[in-house]
Amino acid sequence: MGSHISLLLVVVPLIAAPVVAILPRGRLPWAVAFMVAALCAVLAGMQLWAVLHEGAISYELGGWAPPWGIEYRIDAVNAFVALIVAAIAAITLPYALLSSEREIPEEKIPLFYSAMLLCLTGLLGITQTGDIFNVFVFLEISSLASYALISLGRDRQALTSAYQYLIMGTIGATFYLIGVGLIYSQTGSLNMQDLATILPDVLHLKTVETGFAFIMIGVALKLALFPLHLWLPNAYTYAPSVVTVFLAATATKVAVYLMLRILGMVFPQGFALTTPAEELFIVAGITGIIIASVYAIYQKNVKRLLAYSSVAQVGYMVLGIGFASVTGVTATLVHLFNHALMKGALFMAVGAIIYRTGACRMEQIHGLGRTMPWTFGAIVIGGLSLVGVPGTAGFISKWYLVTAALEQGAWISVAVILSGSLLAVVYVGKLIEALYFKPMTDTGNAVGEAPMLLLVPTWVLVLANLYFGLDTDLTVGVAEKAVAIIAGMES
Amino acid sequence: MRPNLILHVIAKFTIPLIILFALYVQFHGDFGPGGGFQAGVIFSAALILYSLVFGLDAAEKIIPSHWLRILAALGVVIYAGVGLVSLLLGGNYLDYTLLSSNQIAGQHLGILLVELGVGITVAAAMLILFFSFAGRGRE
Repeated sequence: MGSHISLLLVVVPLIAAPVVAILPRGRLPWAVAFMVAALCAVLAGMQLWAVLHEGAISYELGGWAPPWGIEYRIDAVNAFVALIVAAIAAITLPYALLSSEREIPEEKIPLFYSAMLLCLTGLLGITQTGDIFNVFVFLEISSLASYALISLGRDRQALTSAYQYLIMGTIGATFYLIGVGLIYSQTGSLNMQDLATILPDVLHLKTVETGFAFIMIGVALKLALFPLHLWLPNAYTYAPSVVTVFLAATATKVAVYLMLRILGMVFPQGFALTTPAEELFIVAGITGIIIASVYAIYQKNVKRLLAYSSVAQVGYMVLGIGFASVTGVTATLVHLFNHALMKGALFMAVGAIIYRTGACRMEQIHGLGRTMPWTFGAIVIGGLSLVGVPGTAGFISKWYLVTAALEQGAWISVAVILSGSLLAVVYVGKLIEALYFKPMTDTGNAVGEAPMLLLVPTWVLVLANLYFGLDTDLTVGVAEKAVAIIAGMES
Repeated sequence: MRPNLILHVIAKFTIPLIILFALYVQFHGDFGPGGGFQAGVIFSAALILYSLVFGLDAAEKIIPSHWLRILAALGVVIYAGVGLVSLLLGGNYLDYTLLSSNQIAGQHLGILLVELGVGITVAAAMLILFFSFAGRGRE
């Protein structure tokens, strides 16, 4: 029965999605979606426990043996990422109830939850599968669902930003597929483990190198690596608040995982070092951190500010991959988890402001911190975590990243990481200044604190930021175990 | 819409053939080229032709749009449900061999049901797309 958990994690939301789509309007679709997400989180927790205690899980779909059949293969790396995705979904859905009632037309609510579940299916599927073509299928499921989700935003610009993401996302997925096709033409296999044994013999072929380049660019588009990030700020700004929370905390994380898996476990160790990929990662990471952070400072829209900050944070994760060392990849995995916590908390708090005022431009939120103290508190702690203040989760990931940079004597990277934190102080400071120190604009009606149903999920993530800033057993412990697997030290 | 005799006669003649061909592609899918996706598209083409010739209202009488949504969902549930049945019979997900006492008959039945689910969802989704574009600006 144990290995069926891995399958149910994907199939349960898949079956629930069409059922939710035809449920009557009202709160029933939400209730079903929430129960499914909670169940997924429990299953993902059980899966991680099983993987850590009993070793990797292999599941053959349809009873067809790999490498011909599709195999789900779960080790500590993907069990960890699957838990992040499922847990964020379970925390986001309670928040979704009120926020989506405010922002999404009533007749679209069942379809909205259906698309959320499909997106969850796709993201979990990418983490579970051990087949690079199957990854493409799940990538498309999650992407198509997220295009639809983003287009549900209140602003008409939501449509153009969803379209922009559709074009960029499709180019990314196509590049990925071309790469997979090229590699398949030389190896005849799609199974990741099988590829890992075949690829070392054919690495000298130009076709394989080209395929590698296509896959890397395709995934880089999906994870919004600077300068391929252009779809992200608009998509995050105009999507409904819940969708922004969910996508910001999960979608790019899954893409980072995919990049790690292909770099470290499909292609042989060190192959990337023979290509320009590693230098490109470092250059793209460094420029991304600096330029996106500077952009964030100048944004007038709170959600867009946080979106640019997300682009910068992706830079940190890719920088960790670029170091190609055990500490570097540990830093990436730890930051993957921690960034999901801090961006989730921040976007939730901003969503609470939008719920109360309908506004997310800097000048419209002046002084709201005084009337919404709990929401403001969440933004302050989430912001501090983003900066990397000791005692918050952000500090842990910055610490590992700086350690990794120092190990290699990469002084420029050290300087960039630290100045990235300083730039974060500026944009988080701008947000806090607007919310607390600016006089309130007189709108005539008093704005109250956000309802409990929005505050509780927000504060769950805020407290998680503090908890994982002090107790790093789960994050760093699992990340180190995962890196050991990637580095081939244990299987 | 102005009635056009030639169009009406030709459409009435070809629509049954198109549907028949769709069913052929659907049920022959496990022996030769074809399958649920193609069959679903062909099937929806018959209904789209009908609504082009006889008008949207006539087409919506045949298949109301809320039914399309249910059918689109039903197909996915059939597909995923077949997988769950094989799971409950003690095998792996989508392991068709267990669906019947005979291994080959089981594989046969499994792929037939899965393709049926695909066909229903694709046909319904194609029609939803067509109706939502064709029906724009009518309300």
